[in-house]
Amino acid sequence: MKPKNLLRILLAFLFVFASTQTFAKTIKWSMQGDSLTLDPHAQNEGPTTQVSRQIYEALVTRGLDMSIGPQLATKWATVDENTWYFYLREDVKFSNGQAMTSEDVVFSILRAKQPTSDFKEYISTISGVKAIDDYTVQIKTSKPNPILLNQLSNIFIMSKEWCNENFAIVPQNWDASQETFSATNAMGTGPFKITLREPNTKTVFKRNSRWWGSMKDNKVTEIQLLPIKNAATRVAALLSGEIDLVTDAPVQDLARITSSAGHKVESTPQMRTIFLGMDQAADKLRTGNTGDNPFKKKAVRQALYQAIDIEAIKKKVMRGLSEPAGIITFPGVNGYTKDLDKRLPYDVNAAKKLLADAGYPNGFEVELRCPNDRYVNDEAICTAVVGMLGKIGVKVNLFAQTKSKHFKELKDNQGDFYMLGWGVPTLDSHYVFHYLYESGASWNKVNFSNSDVDAAIRVMEGEVDLDKRNAAIANAWKIVKDDISYLPLHHQVISWASKSDVDVPIRPNNEPLFRFASFN
Amino acid sequence: MDNKNITLFTRIKDSDVYFSFIKSPTAILSTLILIIIFFCSFFVELVTPYNPFDPSSLSLMDAFTPPAWTEEGLAKFILGTDGQGRDMLATILYGSRISLIVGFSAVIFALVLGVGLGLSAGYFGGKYEMFVMRFTDVQLTVPSILMALLVDGIARGIISRELHDEMAIYVLIFAIGISEWPQFARVSRAATLVEKNKDYVSASTIIGVSNIIIMFKHILPNIMRPVLVIGTIGLALAIIAEATLSFLGVGVPPTTPSLGTLIRLGNDFLFSGEWWITFFPAIFLVILAFSINLLGDWMRDTLNPKLN
Repeated sequence: MKPKNLLRILLAFLFVFASTQTFAKTIKWSMQGDSLTLDPHAQNEGPTTQVSRQIYEALVTRGLDMSIGPQLATKWATVDENTWYFYLREDVKFSNGQAMTSEDVVFSILRAKQPTSDFKEYISTISGVKAIDDYTVQIKTSKPNPILLNQLSNIFIMSKEWCNENFAIVPQNWDASQETFSATNAMGTGPFKITLREPNTKTVFKRNSRWWGSMKDNKVTEIQLLPIKNAATRVAALLSGEIDLVTDAPVQDLARITSSAGHKVESTPQMRTIFLGMDQAADKLRTGNTGDNPFKKKAVRQALYQAIDIEAIKKKVMRGLSEPAGIITFPGVNGYTKDLDKRLPYDVNAAKKLLADAGYPNGFEVELRCPNDRYVNDEAICTAVVGMLGKIGVKVNLFAQTKSKHFKELKDNQGDFYMLGWGVPTLDSHYVFHYLYESGASWNKVNFSNSDVDAAIRVMEGEVDLDKRNAAIANAWKIVKDDISYLPLHHQVISWASKSDVDVPIRPNNEPLFRFASFN
Repeated sequence: MDNKNITLFTRIKDSDVYFSFIKSPTAILSTLILIIIFFCSFFVELVTPYNPFDPSSLSLMDAFTPPAWTEEGLAKFILGTDGQGRDMLATILYGSRISLIVGFSAVIFALVLGVGLGLSAGYFGGKYEMFVMRFTDVQLTVPSILMALLVDGIARGIISRELHDEMAIYVLIFAIGISEWPQFARVSRAATLVEKNKDYVSASTIIGVSNIIIMFKHILPNIMRPVLVIGTIGLALAIIAEATLSFLGVGVPPTTPSLGTLIRLGNDFLFSGEWWITFFPAIFLVILAFSINLLGDWMRDTLNPKLN
């Protein structure tokens, strides 16, 4: 081989090497659990939406500052209080090359209203949707809806043709463990497309070359989601460089990660409240020993509430990174006040007395269901609660399992006493009431039912006079807080840890937006 | 009575086993350590005032207290506390009791099953022997930890969840026992083959003693030496197997942790500097398994030099 050729070959290698180094970079992202399904309407759950958000887009969306802005719709207008017009972007293509038109939007909204959809509560006020022309959509609501845009920001738009071809016209029935094409495949208009999907192991997102928008940093060409359940293993993977970004860095390891020269940690209060639910409808606890249901009595619920030393949980389990909560909503949500967020005092003796007065001087037995890969230190919080309730004589048996089973069995009404966390993507109290407190609501597994609260929810949905609406919200919060329908624990604080040169802006809803990611 | 005791004592004192024992410092040391561990584990209520298995006696504010000799340590928690405020020393001792119970029971289960099958196979021979021995060969090709995982998985499928926590220990004993019996079957069959052609067996057969009596009364005592050696080493293996299964999260539940469960729970805190939560159970397990192995080695050298 001539020296000149050798030089050329070497130069070619050098070029390829250098270009791959500069232009093609992968962000390896890890958290404790995986998306439950790729079907964007089948499960209303944090990590599931986090994954869908990279592939699918909605008419409007929240930006980095959490304010609503245009996405697939460029502008919108109301002609009367029940009729909305949305004007779509005309340059949007799905990742398979099809152009997106108003037919797809109409299809997707109707799809999200199907019985198997977990997002039907979001858009329950939408009574009609039709395409005016290729790029105009008319949405009719059954009553004036002041939070329609907030709600639409979580309804992802799918391709009608793709769904038709792949037998995915209705959302996957997740509660019945249905397997569909749309649960393992995704095709949207977003900045990324999924090229490999191994649930709970690896998901590869590649740049969608047909995306209409522009990336913050064009070097970000691939994202890999590698869920690692064990906290120590996840941190070890981050520190060894195997992982670039962890969106649920374990609180006990933040000091260790910060001390590493090549890594950084960011924390922000998360829009999520952790609480315990107690079934108040069953005549007899499934896992109890008293033959009745102690949770029906408010005194019992209050006894459990006052037996929980939330400050100890904050200090020892959460290492200071939590904010004790009095209601299931957090600062920043319409309807939240500091006053409502005050907790009943921690008082073991008062709790014992309440329990004795309610007719359970020797306590009772119940099983606490808990996820072990969903919230920050979820199982450890439950273990701590078991000990605290033991002190007032309530024998709690802990049953911790993976989140997909936990949620499924909860929806199947198998829980007497359970842990759940609730975020508020619409930033309005209505979302909490509509899912957690309304009679028969899909996540109201405490089976709370109060006609005044139901009436207040109707007001929240249809009242455009903001003062009247806020009064209804305040009233509803007061009723449910006095009733102690749930045991609020704390507002979560999330921490993201990443390599110093990987910059993914942290957001209070814990959703990374990789289109804003960059390398520095 | 008195007279018999003295004879027994002198018999032990004059035996070659005793002689070899007092000449072996490792055997004496490991026996001493094991006696201490056994005493502390089975009489743990006398050793420590804490009961880590009673969640209502714990205080979360005590959690993550470092060992007593460090700056922030408290004298009442000598080895510190774990993430739930459990005293490490008490938790380790309670945990080692579970580990020892599971280990012993599993070995006894494997021993009864293995010796029963191995002895009868060696004695009767023929198709029965072939069947039993091929079966052990097949099982030996499957690593014992996989076998135990399989049994545990099946048991989880069959037993309802409410019962599972209570049954966890029995499932573990069965799982570990079933994965270890082929060793006992092989050794006892080989020893039986040697014994059964000896004159005392022929003599018994001729005077019409039944097969069962010959097997268990005459042959069994003569093959016990190699079986005991295998049993001692098997005990250490069983304890480690239990720790492995619990470490993988399929063993005893975290509310009543064994040594393996403790190591797993402590693993979450390795990076955060709370080293004592995983270190002490781990070092305790090492000492326990090492002592049993040393004792087993000594027994092998003394009782059955041929196995070397």
